[in-house]
Amino acid sequence: MHHHLILRVVTKLLCGAIMLFAFYVQFHGDFSPGGGFQAGVIMAVAFIVYGVVFGVNQVKLVFPPWFVHKLVALGVLVYAGTGIFSMYLGYGFLDYGAFDPGHPSHGQHNGILAVELGVGITVTGVMVAVYYAFASRPPTINDEDW
Amino acid sequence: MQTFIDIVLFLMLAATAISIVRTKSLFAIVMLSGVFSLLSALLLVTLDAVDVAFTEAAVGAGISTVLMLGTLALTSRTEKPSSHSNFVPFVVVLITGAALIYGTLDMPNFGDPNAPAHVHVGPDYLERSVEEIDVPNVVTSILASYRGFDTLGETAVVFTAGIAVLLLISGLRRRREDEEADEVDDNEGQS
Amino acid sequence: MDFDFIIGHLNYWLFIVLMMTGLYIVIAKGNLVKKIVGLNIFQTAVFMFYISIGKVENGTAPIFPMDMNVDPSVAYSNPLPHVLILTAIVVGIATTSLGLALVVRIHEAFGTIEEDDLLKIERDMATREYELHGSAMGGRA
Repeated sequence: MHHHLILRVVTKLLCGAIMLFAFYVQFHGDFSPGGGFQAGVIMAVAFIVYGVVFGVNQVKLVFPPWFVHKLVALGVLVYAGTGIFSMYLGYGFLDYGAFDPGHPSHGQHNGILAVELGVGITVTGVMVAVYYAFASRPPTINDEDW
Repeated sequence: MQTFIDIVLFLMLAATAISIVRTKSLFAIVMLSGVFSLLSALLLVTLDAVDVAFTEAAVGAGISTVLMLGTLALTSRTEKPSSHSNFVPFVVVLITGAALIYGTLDMPNFGDPNAPAHVHVGPDYLERSVEEIDVPNVVTSILASYRGFDTLGETAVVFTAGIAVLLLISGLRRRREDEEADEVDDNEGQS
Repeated sequence: MDFDFIIGHLNYWLFIVLMMTGLYIVIAKGNLVKKIVGLNIFQTAVFMFYISIGKVENGTAPIFPMDMNVDPSVAYSNPLPHVLILTAIVVGIATTSLGLALVVRIHEAFGTIEEDDLLKIERDMATREYELHGSAMGGRA
C-alpha cells in the first residue's frame, strides 16, 4: 500500500487516539458502557489498522508475536489469579470483599478492575494473535488484484 | 414510536440479509455482513442494551470483517453457483420458522414489566447492586462480580479458541520437533 | 389474536425471520465462507431476540446516575440478558475465527472451499482407497 498517502497519514494519527479510547473504555467501564471485552477489541483494532495499512511485518516490530502469545495466557492468569488471591486472603474464590474488608464496596471496585484488566489483556492478545496468524500466510492474490 | 423504529431497522436488516443470500461476490458479502452488524448495533441501542451494541459494533464491523477479508485473501473471491435445487432448504427453513413462531405464542408481550424474566433475578441485581457493588453500570457489576465465574469461563473459551487458531494456521512449531524431523530425513537419506 | 398481541409479538417474529435467513444461507449455499457469514447472521438474530426479552416498557439502559442516587420511579431494563449476550458476542468472534482458520486449512488441503467440489474429492479418495485395499485382499473388500 505504498501509494495510499492519505490512508497512511490518517492511520498514524488515529492509532494513538484508538489506544487512548481503548484505555478509557477499559477503566471507565464501571461508570459508562464498556469494559474489558470492548476495550480488548478496540486495543486490538489499533494494531490491526496499523498492520492493514503498513503491512503485518511492520506491526510485528512494534508488537512482536511472542509477546502477543504471552499476553493471551497472561490475561486468563490475571483473572484466575485474582480469584486465587482472594482465597489466599481467606475469602471465597473471586470474592472481592477480600480486597478491602473494612469497606466491601471498595473491595468490589478493586476486584472488578483486576478481572476486567485480565479480560482486556486476553481479548487483545487473542484478536491480535489471530490477525497475525491470518495475515502472515502467503496470500493467493496480489494487493492490486482485489 | 419504538415499534416504528424497530420495523424500519428490521427492514434494513432483512434487505441486507437477502442481498447476502443473492450475492455471488464474497467481497461484497463480507462488506454486507459488516453493514448487518452495524444495523443490528443500532437496533440493540433502541432495546436499551448499550453495552451489547458497543461490543457488536466493535466486533462485528471491525474485527470479523478484517478476519473474513484475510480469509478471502488466502482462499477464493467468488462463490460458484450451486448445482442442486433450493427447494428442500427453503421448506426446511419454513418449517423451522413456523415451529419457532408457534413457540413464541406463549411468550409475554414485548416490554411487559410483569414478564417472568423481570420478576426474579434481574430486579434483584438492580436493587442489590446499589448497596453491594456501588458501581453505576449494572452490566459491569453483574459481569465481573455477581457472575464472575461465568466470565472466567468465557475468557477461558476465548483463550482456547485463540490457541486453536494458532495451532491450525500460525505455522509455529516447536524447534525440537523440527530438528528431530530433519534428523529422521537425514537417516532415511543415508540408508 | 387481537392487535395488542400482534404488536407485542411482532419483535420476536421479525427476529425469527432474520434467524431463518441465516439458517437458509447455512444449509442452501455451498461456499464455506458464505456459510460462516450465514452463521453470523443467525447468531446476531439470536442475540437480538435475547435482548428484546430483557426490554422493559418505558425502561432505560441499566446504568445508574454517577452519584448513585437512584430514582425509584425510573424503570431499568433487565441487565441479565445484556451480560450473557455481551460475553457471547466476543466468544462468537473467537469461534468464527476458528471456523475461518479451518476454511483456510481446507483450502490448503483440497484447493477449494465449495462444498460440492469437496464432496466429490472425498468420494474419489474413498473410491481409490477402496480399489487399493480391494485388490490387496484378493478382489473382495
